[in-house]
Amino acid sequence: MIKLKVNGKDRSVDVDPETPLLWVIRESLGLTGTKFGCGMAQCGACTVHLDGEAVRSCVTPVSRAEGRPVTTIEGLGADLGGPLQQAWIAEDVPQCGYCQSGQIMAAAVLLRENPNPTDKDVDDAMTGNICRCGTYQRIRCAIHLAAKIKAGGKK
Amino acid sequence: MNDIVNLSRRDVLKAGAFAGGGLILGVTLPGFVRNAAAQQGTTNFAPNAFVRIGLDESVTVIVPHSEMGQGAYTSVAMMVAEELEADWTKVRAESAPVDPAYNHTAFGIQMTGGSTSTWSEWKRLREAGAAARQMLITAAAEKWDVDPAGCRAENGRILHVSGRVLRFGELVERASRLQPPKEVILKDPKRFKIIGKATKRLDTPEKTNGKAIFGIDVSVPGMKVALVARPPVFGGKVKSFTADHAKAVPGVRHVLEIPRGVAVVADGFWPAKLGREALEIEWDDGPLASLDTRTQGEQYAALAREAGAVARKEGDAAAAFDSAAKKVEAVYDLPYLAHAAMEPLNCVADVREDSCEVWVGTQFQTGDRAAAAQEAGLKPEQVKLHTTLLGGGFGRRAVIDSHFVREAVQISKAVKAPVKVIWTREDDMRGGFYRPRAYHTVKAGVDTAGAPAAWEHHIVCQSFMAGTPFEGFMVKEGVDETAVEGARDNPYEIPNIRVVWHHAPPGVPTLWWRSVGHSHNAFIVETIIDELAHAAGRDPREYRLGLLGKNPRIKRALELATEKAGWGNPAPEGRGRGVAVHESFGSVVAHVIEASIGKDGRPKVHRVVCAIDCGPVVNPDTVRAQMESAIAFGLTAALYGEITFERGRVRERNFHDYQMLRMNEMPAVEVHIVPDAEKMGGVGEPGVPPVAPALANALFAITGKRLRHLPIRAEDLKKG
Repeated sequence: MIKLKVNGKDRSVDVDPETPLLWVIRESLGLTGTKFGCGMAQCGACTVHLDGEAVRSCVTPVSRAEGRPVTTIEGLGADLGGPLQQAWIAEDVPQCGYCQSGQIMAAAVLLRENPNPTDKDVDDAMTGNICRCGTYQRIRCAIHLAAKIKAGGKK
Repeated sequence: MNDIVNLSRRDVLKAGAFAGGGLILGVTLPGFVRNAAAQQGTTNFAPNAFVRIGLDESVTVIVPHSEMGQGAYTSVAMMVAEELEADWTKVRAESAPVDPAYNHTAFGIQMTGGSTSTWSEWKRLREAGAAARQMLITAAAEKWDVDPAGCRAENGRILHVSGRVLRFGELVERASRLQPPKEVILKDPKRFKIIGKATKRLDTPEKTNGKAIFGIDVSVPGMKVALVARPPVFGGKVKSFTADHAKAVPGVRHVLEIPRGVAVVADGFWPAKLGREALEIEWDDGPLASLDTRTQGEQYAALAREAGAVARKEGDAAAAFDSAAKKVEAVYDLPYLAHAAMEPLNCVADVREDSCEVWVGTQFQTGDRAAAAQEAGLKPEQVKLHTTLLGGGFGRRAVIDSHFVREAVQISKAVKAPVKVIWTREDDMRGGFYRPRAYHTVKAGVDTAGAPAAWEHHIVCQSFMAGTPFEGFMVKEGVDETAVEGARDNPYEIPNIRVVWHHAPPGVPTLWWRSVGHSHNAFIVETIIDELAHAAGRDPREYRLGLLGKNPRIKRALELATEKAGWGNPAPEGRGRGVAVHESFGSVVAHVIEASIGKDGRPKVHRVVCAIDCGPVVNPDTVRAQMESAIAFGLTAALYGEITFERGRVRERNFHDYQMLRMNEMPAVEVHIVPDAEKMGGVGEPGVPPVAPALANALFAITGKRLRHLPIRAEDLKKG
């Protein structure tokens, strides 16, 4: 049994310790917002937070997550998730939507570390996340908007 | 119009998929039973509904088109809501079940493709909304015992001149008992409140919180996960295999041979993957064992010199070329391209004794359901196919042989349990059904005045229509429309023109791919016309405009894009500017691209100014989004896209060697919509074809080099 803490809840799973965290999240825990895109850390669709850092869950063995907090799109808190989701809706970012959980999880770490990112900061933080529908321009606008919303919320 | 039926009156509906009551209206259009629908053998008049109004005021639009990112759910719902006078905040969209009632109004089967979702519903679904509105008005008038002429619908309510008001939900029961109106009255477009306004997509909230369900997210009780080992060479077969090691992997439940390979069925993806890796399979590679990109190119070059099927012939192109004042001769080679949708292919099937359920993100419901029925040994109406959201389609999920559905049904039937077949990225990338490789030769020339005198254009590529049920539609007089589209209809005034298609042999599975033939043909037409402009010493914009006398629509889009891009002013320091314009899928798109060469010798795209004429616009924000998307898609192909073969095997396998445009490479995109345009066209695909030629023309402006090969290679840009 491997003990996990996902979105604040304690969970135990009986799987091969080498199983990528992605498949444990999706299949054992039923949290399907985290997506399978490439299986080799090339596209970012599987991005989750492990100890608060953005990781590619498709190449992270579940054993590495044992006892450490994991956050998925379903558990992204109101502090970061709220402004990001609000901004994503305001800019009408998603098309097919498949990559957007990963995009938002990557953007959440960016905004936490850097409350007012430049375009270059957005490039650096988001270039690991592929969007085949090409929503990059809107993602960029939405990140800037989310930064504003978040800053406004603190006033 | 006499073909609207009030489905609320049908008991079958009350007991079936739409249980829960409410006013449900269906519309059938005369003549929808055509072709594949007839072949399918479905003769029962099953549920047929587009609008459902609940007692709780909810308005559900049942959308016959798949949502794959193009915004169909929202645009189609907007049309219904407009005519219904619905309260937009109460409107939601739902995917239609499979039924001939939901067949495509132009194609006669239920499918999504060809950039048609909006225009093909422009009449049918506005009428569905209008009929519902008229019935609600009748119901209110009856209840109030007044003349319906004194009633009108507004924002989810019926209002009477006396000031009385009833909400739609309060009229549901009465309206459900009414006969549909004999004559449906559509609104005057001048009174549109929703259509034409930038409207937020209905599916955005669930796509930002992880709740959206794609095919790969479906889970049913007792479900197993399967991966399939497919032949490494197209057309190959299993010779023999040993499953002992695979079966020894904990969690692996079954290993079985299916027609397309060997399936490993397990408790989850990971054991299925480990099990597949442990399989020992001896393959018979078949006739494509030695397929190689280089030698195939030589074969295509030889084919280009043979007689082909003439798609267009005016004047005498050969003689005119011989006597031209200036000549351009070019050979182009454009590669196979993978769709690489973000969601790898997958399908869930649950085959029972006398029924079958399928959950799949598909663009091709009629064919997929028929295929599932065939594999399950059932009738199509015994198969319930649920269309989930699609994590991208681009044509890959409209598969004529339904192979990814068949596999799931075969395995579920064999193991007597629900099964989800998941393709890995490598499976998806190497799984074929590519945009055909296209080899082109052109001989073109201008006369002493600089006007085009000759245009001889040969296209060598495979046909994915030949031998399919679509052949009758798409292949006319030996010419496959998907091979020559965008080349045969070269819009420029050229007195001597010949366009010839050379049918390359089958083998590698090919398919439509977001604009298909246009995606390669526009590259040739729009780079050669640019080259002729330079040969004539003319500005490429002015030159094109002078040759588009019969095409005011193309002219207008070209004028709008170039005007907004500041054409005529010098490009910013170090950048080149290029333009291309192309008509496809009923719309015209022009792009002006500003690009430079980076320190690494690779192209860097800074800005794209786009103009589109797609006629009357339902959701302008969707039009903009589709142009942004098409530009990223077109740039990805121009900069990176290439599937190659060596010893019969696909070399590329994942996003590290089949690269996608990324955030740091996305140019600034501006989209301008031609106002007051008349003819409604598509928006999903038409933005793609002019991207690569506009980029190539921009790079020519910097380097003086003409690009004949895609993707663009750094060595092709070196000056000198």
